[in-house]
Amino acid sequence: MARMKFLCDAERCIECNACVTACKNEHDVPWGINRRRVVTINDGKPGERSVSMACMHCTDAPCAAVCPVDCFYTTADAVVLHSKDLCIGCGYCFYACPFGAPQYPRVGNFGSRGKMDKCTFCAAGPEGDSTEVEYAKYGANRLAEGKLPLCAEMCSTKSLLAGDGVIIAAIYKERVTQRGYGSGAWGWQTAYRETVDV
Amino acid sequence: MRIWSLYRLISAAVAAFILAFVLSMAPAGAQERPAVNNPGAQGVSEQQLLDELGKIQGRVSIPDRKATTLQQPQGRDYQTFERTALPWVGAFIIVGTVLSIALFYLIRGRIRTQAGESGQKILRFNALERLLHWTTATAFIVLAITGLNLIFGKRLLMPLIGPEAFSSWSIWAKYAHHFVSWAFMLGVVLMLLTWIRHNLPDRYDAKWLKSAGGFFDRSNRTHVPAGRFNTGQKLIFWSVVVGGTALSVSGIFMLFPFSFTDVNGMQTAQYVHAIVGLIMIAVIIGHIYIGTLGMEGAYPAMGSGSVDLNWAKEHHSAWVEEQQGKTGARPPPHTAAEPAE
Repeated sequence: MARMKFLCDAERCIECNACVTACKNEHDVPWGINRRRVVTINDGKPGERSVSMACMHCTDAPCAAVCPVDCFYTTADAVVLHSKDLCIGCGYCFYACPFGAPQYPRVGNFGSRGKMDKCTFCAAGPEGDSTEVEYAKYGANRLAEGKLPLCAEMCSTKSLLAGDGVIIAAIYKERVTQRGYGSGAWGWQTAYRETVDV
Repeated sequence: MRIWSLYRLISAAVAAFILAFVLSMAPAGAQERPAVNNPGAQGVSEQQLLDELGKIQGRVSIPDRKATTLQQPQGRDYQTFERTALPWVGAFIIVGTVLSIALFYLIRGRIRTQAGESGQKILRFNALERLLHWTTATAFIVLAITGLNLIFGKRLLMPLIGPEAFSSWSIWAKYAHHFVSWAFMLGVVLMLLTWIRHNLPDRYDAKWLKSAGGFFDRSNRTHVPAGRFNTGQKLIFWSVVVGGTALSVSGIFMLFPFSFTDVNGMQTAQYVHAIVGLIMIAVIIGHIYIGTLGMEGAYPAMGSGSVDLNWAKEHHSAWVEEQQGKTGARPPPHTAAEPAE
């Protein structure tokens, strides 16, 4: 089985936010929730850099470790998913997540949040594949249809790569060799405890 | 002719020089990449940002301040704390406290009133004080159980009742924790106001501390004088005030997430809340023990509100004298109907 990962080639990201829009549309994500976002560092200054970020589907995922009701699970493709039926909306996963991925609908008094929502690597949730119930709770299940996450699929500069970690690392490595520079695979060290040697 | 030969000589020397120069540079030149136009050369690198700032922040086009943090590796520390440190430290503190008390009970036994019951009662806590105590106490127990559920629930309770039932219980436990917390916070403030004047240091404290309040005197003859509260009770009072304040402040940070701080501040609030909460649970286990099983005659103080005069004389001689001074030579036997609880 593949080990699914995201890789954002920061040299190529032009902060067009198409990945964000694609994600919102594909999964009918509610207002106020951003499964993916583009963060621009040193915006407007020389050497500014944009990185598209969502759940990185970490190795030894922090969210899963801190969840008090153990609602997370990891698929055979190493995608980190969770059950909204079990989630109690405590918010601990957001404190643990190095990438700010977990999102909560804004409801309730005193920090009570709704069921957590996050990037599923377009692999939805524990319900039966490609069912209506699954779509309503988690969005589309593209992986079950043999497709990769839409954000990366429609990235116009192919900055955002999604797929088997070995393959996307090889693509990135080749690019860096070809063009002669690269700022590395952002977040990989924290998420996967390894990086792409370039 | 001479010029020509000079020219040849010089050009030969120049050629030799150039050749030598090229040869000496060749190994270095072969290692260098062809010069590239790197538009990102002055851009920041991930490692540099993490080394300098600890986390990476930028600007986002969505109206959510939390989303500006691109990466906070501190989440991994929080993971280690929640997964490893907290359950072990928590188990150590709570099991350690229970075992220590059990050991204390086995060695020291129940602390008896030496003179036996006199049959005379003296009012120790009025109805308002008892209402305040039990409101705060009930709130604390609810908070302690629902709080411990977040640490130990998935490890101990979930295997027994299954994930679905455990999730439903945990949702209600979470709501209970959020709402009951306000009763606890109010209780801590009111207890501070009600009892602070009896809990300031006085002349009896040094002696009490020196003899450890007679706790470890198996002959049960050590009864140092004390005012309304002895030093041990004062320590309970101040740990409730200080610990309760720490729990309240860190708790308010968590009740209004991200209103006062960023994600790292939220983690700190959790560290403080969890550790202080565990310590307070240990303190309160000790408090419950000595107020019930541990000491004969202690419970009625918070039960009916009135204690036996002999008990009061043994444990709070200075207070009894003060009370009797107020009401005359000796207090009237407490024959009135017990105040309603």
